[in-house]
Amino acid sequence: MPHDTIVLLGVNHKTTPLEIREKLALSSGYEEPLRALGQLEAVGEYYLLSTCNRVEVLFTCQDVERARAQVLDQLFAGAVPDEVLDRHVYQHRDEAAVEHLFLVAASLDSMIVGEAQILGQLKEAYRHAAKSGCTGFLLNKLMHKAFSVAKRVRTETRIGASAVSISYAAVELARKIFGDLKDKRVLLIGAGEMAELAAEHLVGQGVAEVVVANRTLERAVNLARCYDGRAVGLEEILGQVQRVDIIISSTGSPDLILRKEEVRSVMRERRNRPLFFIDIAVPRDLDPAINDLANVYLYDIDDLHNVVEMNRTERDREAVKAQRIVDEERMKFSRWLENMESTPTIVQLRGHIDRIVLGEVAKTFGRLEELPEERRQALERMAAAITGKMLYPTLQYLKNDHHCLPLEDRINTVRTLFLLDDNHGGPEAS
Amino acid sequence: MSFFLFQAGLAAYLLAAAAYLVFFLTSRNEVRRIAHGIFLAAVLLHTVNIVARYVEAGHTPITSHHETVSFFAWSLAVCYLSFRWRYTVKNLGVFVSVPVVALMLVAAFSSRAILPLAPALQSWWLPVHASVTLVANGFLALACVGGIMYLLQEREIKSKRFGLFYSRLPSLETLDKLNHHCLSVGFPLLTLGLVTGSIWAKQAWGAYWHWDPKETWSLVTWFLYAAVVHQRFTVGWRGRRAAILSIIAFLSVLFTLWGVSFLLEGVHSYAA
Repeated sequence: MPHDTIVLLGVNHKTTPLEIREKLALSSGYEEPLRALGQLEAVGEYYLLSTCNRVEVLFTCQDVERARAQVLDQLFAGAVPDEVLDRHVYQHRDEAAVEHLFLVAASLDSMIVGEAQILGQLKEAYRHAAKSGCTGFLLNKLMHKAFSVAKRVRTETRIGASAVSISYAAVELARKIFGDLKDKRVLLIGAGEMAELAAEHLVGQGVAEVVVANRTLERAVNLARCYDGRAVGLEEILGQVQRVDIIISSTGSPDLILRKEEVRSVMRERRNRPLFFIDIAVPRDLDPAINDLANVYLYDIDDLHNVVEMNRTERDREAVKAQRIVDEERMKFSRWLENMESTPTIVQLRGHIDRIVLGEVAKTFGRLEELPEERRQALERMAAAITGKMLYPTLQYLKNDHHCLPLEDRINTVRTLFLLDDNHGGPEAS
Repeated sequence: MSFFLFQAGLAAYLLAAAAYLVFFLTSRNEVRRIAHGIFLAAVLLHTVNIVARYVEAGHTPITSHHETVSFFAWSLAVCYLSFRWRYTVKNLGVFVSVPVVALMLVAAFSSRAILPLAPALQSWWLPVHASVTLVANGFLALACVGGIMYLLQEREIKSKRFGLFYSRLPSLETLDKLNHHCLSVGFPLLTLGLVTGSIWAKQAWGAYWHWDPKETWSLVTWFLYAAVVHQRFTVGWRGRRAAILSIIAFLSVLFTLWGVSFLLEGVHSYAA
């Protein structure tokens, strides 16, 4: 009896543009979609992950096509047309699904490779699924394995420690300036993809507040909502610079929007608390001379590029190492999964042999009525020991790796030899 | 007895400094744990050494040059431990253990003879005044060390050229906190040392203040630190300026300790 197929369906930032991801995101939390999936008869165990960059569902099933159709229909019905869905949704099975999950957990599939936030989100998603009773033996094992793979990658490689992209480099710099970012405030001036990425990363580090300033207030309000932040107008910037610690600027403005003298005047009222400016706009938004002020640090896009370049070779090396860990763990898990296939046969075989032996022992006892209790027990123990020793090679044959014989063949051999597939479930002890 | 304890302590400090240096270069965490263990052992040996010397001499062993410098090294080591107990400052160990070893070497090469206590020094003010002042110096030395680390790290961040220190040194904020902590403990202690010294001088020599070189330089040092602390706590000077001022003020501490004793004469001249 083969185990259920593990299937992973999903969309992420690599396959799907933001407009579609937005529509597919599970905005109402996990409870409702989890409950809805529970009503599908084709699906066994399952869990759901929804973040800014991905929506993924992993489940076990017997009939992949039917389950896929039911799941997609249940989760995304009406959100986007079917053909759009078919174009963007990726599907992985068994080993590929396991590998994908491990890659996600280890943050190798993230937009910002090596970022730590995804593991927390994954754990959160799993907690919801486990609480609602959607996961079982297999998925519990798989998810915990994924967490430990992530941990291994994090401790054995320095993938999380090196700056792997511009925004990551910015965050790393911020940490070198401020240490802990927990009580720090961020001001986004202008809204572009890069700025949002950096902001998202900073939010991942737990910054206290995000303020968004934009030319059109509506866009600012929308963006601010993403980070639970506030929106302000462009003319309020200087007042905000007094309150915030990190400023990410990316407007399309052709002129400078902050000059050295303006920042200098603010520093006095800040009592010289450090300020970190990140200028990712081209042409630049911030006066380069700002960097000359004491306790003020200004990095523009080229500076950040240099930081990234410095880390690149190391990152490549670390990514290879991380991929190796994922491969290794995937193979281990597949072996475990494969061995699960033999479990029913082992259980059946044990039951079958026990039944025969116990039957024979009982028959013998029937003839030796005056046998004292302790002798009786000794005989029972002997019978059990013989059973165990006789069965041992067979069980090892099923459990161990035989490179020349696939497990399926071995299972068939054993089942044939012991007549386990007979109509009556094996010969009756007679 | 105290001789061997001192040698053992010095050897342990040397080992700890070497291990901290290895950690600084390789960033391997197990090395850091080993280094910290050795450093802790060294401080313990050193502490027992000071106690043993107290028993042998029959008075507080902070009178000869050897004793003073050794006690200074001990204060710096203990200040480091006290700070480390509450905060983590990456690679502070190597920056502290090296000056500790340097001080211990200076102590090792000066005369270790136990001198009889001059009558003017036979007072219970001796342990109070001398130890308070030297512990204050320990904290101020730590502020100076933090200042040096701050300047090294700040230079790399500001110039955007990352070399040896960027990944190895902690964040600027952490180093600034170290400065804040050390000044806010060290400065009151320094003040207390000055006040107790003055009261003792009144008892021993009949006047609170003699204007002898050591006293004068202590006052100069005190004013320097008063300026740093004042600017720091009222105007909000921090970071680079606080770091530079802490380093300059500490140079004044060193001059008070050595420069005055060797270059100028005064009532303190029999004590280091």
